[in-house]
Parts: sequence; C-alpha cells; structure tokens
Amino acid sequence: MSISPARFFAVLAKEFIQMRRDHVTFAMMIGLPIMQLLLFGFIINSDARHLPTLIEMNDHGPLVRAVVSGMEISDYFDIQGTVSGVDAGESALRDGTAAFVVVFPRNFERDILRGLRPTLLVTADASDPSAVGGAVGALSGIVSVAMDQTFGGPLGQLAPSPPPFEVAVHKLHNPEGRTSTNIVPGLLAIILSMTMVMMTAVAIVKETERGTMEMLIATPVRPLEVMLGKIVPYVFVGYVQTAVFLLAGLTVFAVPFEGSWWAFFLGFNLYIVVNLALGFLISAAARSQMQAMQLSMFTILPSVLLSGFLFPFAAMPGWAQIIGNGVPATHFLRVVRTVMLKGGEVGDIAGDLWALVAILLVISSVAMLRYRQTLD
Amino acid sequence: MTGDRVIDVRGLTKRFGEKTVVDHFDIAVPRGAIYGFLGPNGSGKTTTIRMICGLLIPDEGEGTCLGLDVRREATRIKERVGYMTQKFSYYEDLSIRENLDFVARMYRLDRRRQRVDAALADLGLTDRQNQLAGSLSGGWKQRLALAACLLHEPDLLLLDEPTAGVDPKARRDFWDEIRRLAASGVTVLVSTHYMDEAIQCDFITYIAYGKKLIDGPSAQIPAMVGLVTYRVSGPDITALEAALRQENGVEQVARFGTVLHVSGTDRAGLEGVAARYKEHGTHEWVEKTSELEEAFIYLMAGARDNFSRYAA
Repeated sequence: MSISPARFFAVLAKEFIQMRRDHVTFAMMIGLPIMQLLLFGFIINSDARHLPTLIEMNDHGPLVRAVVSGMEISDYFDIQGTVSGVDAGESALRDGTAAFVVVFPRNFERDILRGLRPTLLVTADASDPSAVGGAVGALSGIVSVAMDQTFGGPLGQLAPSPPPFEVAVHKLHNPEGRTSTNIVPGLLAIILSMTMVMMTAVAIVKETERGTMEMLIATPVRPLEVMLGKIVPYVFVGYVQTAVFLLAGLTVFAVPFEGSWWAFFLGFNLYIVVNLALGFLISAAARSQMQAMQLSMFTILPSVLLSGFLFPFAAMPGWAQIIGNGVPATHFLRVVRTVMLKGGEVGDIAGDLWALVAILLVISSVAMLRYRQTLD
Repeated sequence: MTGDRVIDVRGLTKRFGEKTVVDHFDIAVPRGAIYGFLGPNGSGKTTTIRMICGLLIPDEGEGTCLGLDVRREATRIKERVGYMTQKFSYYEDLSIRENLDFVARMYRLDRRRQRVDAALADLGLTDRQNQLAGSLSGGWKQRLALAACLLHEPDLLLLDEPTAGVDPKARRDFWDEIRRLAASGVTVLVSTHYMDEAIQCDFITYIAYGKKLIDGPSAQIPAMVGLVTYRVSGPDITALEAALRQENGVEQVARFGTVLHVSGTDRAGLEGVAARYKEHGTHEWVEKTSELEEAFIYLMAGARDNFSRYAA
C-alpha cells in the first residue's frame, strides 16, 4: 500500500486550520497548563509558611537571640511578639493569633553548656497537622544552626553531641521542603495526559460523528495517512504545552532543572506518543465525542491518583502499586522528577522508559485492531 | 469493462450482527443511465451504495464497478467514483475554498488551483469562497457537496438521497445538473424517497428490507407490478375510503386530493367491487392506467407484509 505524503500533509494542514478555528480548544491548549500550574503550584501547599508565632523568653542569652533571629529568617515563622505565662500563650493559640508558641526555659543556654539537655517547649496549633509539620521540622535545624554559630570558634568543642533538638529531618533535593517543587514537575505528566488523550480522542471521533469520515474514506486516502495527519498536529500541541509549562515552572515557581535535557526530551516524546496512542484507542472505541470525553476522564483519574502525583507511590497499598505501574503517568512522573529535581541522566530513567515502551506497544496494538474494525 | 455495464454486481449481501441489511442484491447499470434506487428508510439503500463504491466489503456476492472488482479493487474504484453522502459530509469549520482544495488534494489532482477556481465559478460562489461551509444554507451545502464530488471528474456518481431537506427550486436545478451530467456520459445511481425524482430516472429498482422487489425501465414499472386502478370521485370520500378498505379484491386505496385511486392485482375481484359500487350511483368509477405512484404505494405495502413474514 503506497502512502502519499501529499495526502498526509493535506490532512495535517486541514487539522491545523480546524484547530485554529476552534477557539475553545485553542484556549484549552494554552490556558489549561497555565491554569493548572497556578492552581496546583500555588494553592496545594502542604508546607505552610509565615505562621504567626509567639515567643516566651525566660533566657536572654546569645544562643536564644540567635535562635529567634534564625526563626525570623527562615520565613516559616512570623514572630509576632513575646508572651509571658502559659495562659496567655494558650489563648493566643486558641483564637488563632498564633500558630506556635515557643518557650525558652530559664537558663536554657547554661543548661545546654552543662549538658543537662534542657527542653525547648514548642506548643503548636495542630488543627492542621500538615501545616505545622514543616515548621516544626525546620525548628530543630534552626536551633542547631544557632548553636553552631554561638558555640563556634574556641567553644566549638562544647557543642553537645548529639544536640538536644536534633530531629532527623533530612530533606534531600528539596531542602526547603516546598510542595511546589514536587508538584510542578508532576503536573507536566498530568497536563500532557489530560490534553493529549482528550484532544486526540475527540479529533478522530469528531470526523465520525459529523459524517466527514464517510466522505474521507470514500476518497482514495489511506487510513494511515488519515491517522498520521490527524495525530501529528497534537504532537506539536504537546511541544507547545511543555514549552509553556517549562517556562512557567522554571521562572514563576523556580523549580530547578538539575538533570540532562536529553533524558527529559527522550522521556517526554515517548510519553506524548503513549498518550496519543491512548487517545486513538479511545476514539476507536467511542461512538460520540461525548463518550470520548468521558472515557478520557476515566484515564485521567488513575493518572492523578495512582501515579504518585498526589500521594507518595511507595505509600500506596501493593495492589494499587501494581495498577499504578500500568499507568503511563507513573513512569513519566518519575522521569520528570528524577531529571528535574535529582539531576538524573538517561541511565537513571531507563527502567521507566522501557515501561513506557511496553505500555505503548500494548495500547497501539489494541488501537490498530479496533481501528481496522471500525473502517469496515 | 463488462459490456457497457458500469455497475454489475450479483448476490451482494451484508450482515451487521444478526441482521441481514442487504440480502442477495443484484444490479446492472448501463453507462450514462440515471438509475433510481428507491425504498423506505432502513431498507439497505445506503449500505448497498457503500458496498458498490468500496466503503464496505460485502459478506457475500461479487461483481464489478467500472470494470473493477468491488472486493479487491476498492481503492481504484474510489478514484473514479463520486460519492455524495446523505448527510452533508464536508468540514463545516473549513471555508468553501478550503473544502474543495482539501478534496482535490485527497485525489492528488493536478492543476488544483485552476480546478478549484473553476468549481467555485460554476457554483457562483467565487465571492463567498472564504465563507465557512457551515454557514451555508441546505441548498447551497448540497450544491457544494455535488461540486466537491465532481472535482475529480468521476465516471460514476453515487448520490445517497441528495435532495433531502432541499427546497423544490433547488431540487429542480439539481436534477437539471444530473441530467446534464448523464448526457455527457456520467452514470448516476441515485437513491430517493421522492416520487417526482423517481420519475426523472431512466431505470428504477425498488428495495425493501434488504431485498430487491422490482427492477426495470421506469416506464415499465407499473405494468411489471400489474396493478388495475380505478379513479373514484364523488361525495363523502372519507367514508367511502374506509368502506373500500374492507372489500376483498381491493388491495390499496390511495387518496389524491378529492379523488381515490383504488387498485388491486386481481382484475376480476376489483371489477366486481367496482360494479357493485357503480350501482349505488353516488360515485363515478373510471378505470385508469396505473402510474408509478400507485405502483410504489403498492410496493411499500407489500414490503411491510414481506417484513412481517420475515420477522415471524
């Protein structure tokens, strides 16, 4: 069967014209990534900052002053002032004027020097545990830093070991524990799967639904020419979305890009193709654009819930992990996070790339089978 | 080419699941003829047309279209057939020009620009070429569709209910165009519901529930059906119509304004009924030649019976 490039380009050109005329779809292509990025990037924030804090100072030594200034600099804590007495602190926590009350005990510094392990009492408004978790974690670090500074130099050997407040909070690759650094790269996987699957699915069903498919197959055009001509434009859409996304992610959210661009490029092209194949499969199965939309939604849920986008993959139950491994977004999510945040190279993501290839083979063979049936 | 037959198929059968949509259908269409394809909705007309132009592979049957095998040479058939679908099947979100240009590219036509310009000029749409096809009225859409399927100068035109939803003036213009094309040697197979269109055809085949009921030159169709028809006029036609329906020998009563056409295939039976009613003297009974109208109404009724037997 000879393929005519001229006919393929004719379908391609037609598809671009239609894309340009369909303002809603066009807006979705550009608007959706930006909107999701802003919503997820800014609003989902399990790592609250600028929490109002009150200090009860029963020791005015250099160590305590250093800890307080460290807290101010960290921007987890907004130091509102000082209190005295347990009751005043508790009422401030109750009415929400403070999220934290930090009590430095009398002779705090002296007791540390004597190795008496004094207690630094942090009373937190734990009604939103995830909001204070990060701040509490940061506090231990701040105290340690302040001790290093205060006891540095000739008194350095007096620094207690292990330090009394040292809590093992070790945030690798994201030292500040910002949610957006984690969410934003993952979001690319979600945005691409959402728009790619939906747009391809609808694009092909649209021809059937509007009756234009009948005209199309009555001409000598080959199925492969139609298929390629209709799919390739969406590869460009995927590129545009990724460009928009990277631009916003790297500038607005200051997400790092540590790894290899080549690895990223490889992973993201593969992911786009997988999604297009999935969209094609849906369009072969769906009888109307409405059905195609619904089926696309069906694929988006696992991408959000089972891929490790919202919940840590390792924390999911075993059966959910098995299903999650069949979801393309799972593997692309790992690719993006590994490459962008951990400085990954192609070798680091090879496993996930192969998984994507396997998923692609399964999806496209099913899709081709379905497509042949619908043409007859 | 097999003789001068543009379409020559035998035993075409198509099943969708349990349902036989087209059941052993034969047709032979001579070159340059306008062949009318009649039958009620869902009788398998569209499916038959799709099999002839290679859109569907028949489950059974064989034959040629333009001398090419309908089973194996579908792609080559498509290059020489213009198929106008029942529903407007061009892109409503492309302009008139873009649609024509797209179709020209599908057929890989040379001198594309010239051909599209010429088609636009013929249509009288040169001024509106950049208007979106979706904004055209039904009649204009139909003209655009015809122009689009003529771009590649096909030898055979398959028209599937081309004038549905088009006003009478546009329908007349459309048929003038069809006759002009047939005169220039293009063969036309056209499906229709309309009697006035059926009369325009050189040949007629009538299909119901997937089976061919009758096939022949249109002038001979009433004789082939073998109807005897009386024209009955007089007072209180409605009551008479109800009474006649109960009579043996009367197979069909069709009302045309203030007169009834009473028909049957059993001449003796019908004459008996006519003689009895003539005695009342209230109504005038005149035997007339059966026309296509009566023949079709009769065929439709027969098809229903055919189907109820078929379903039982």
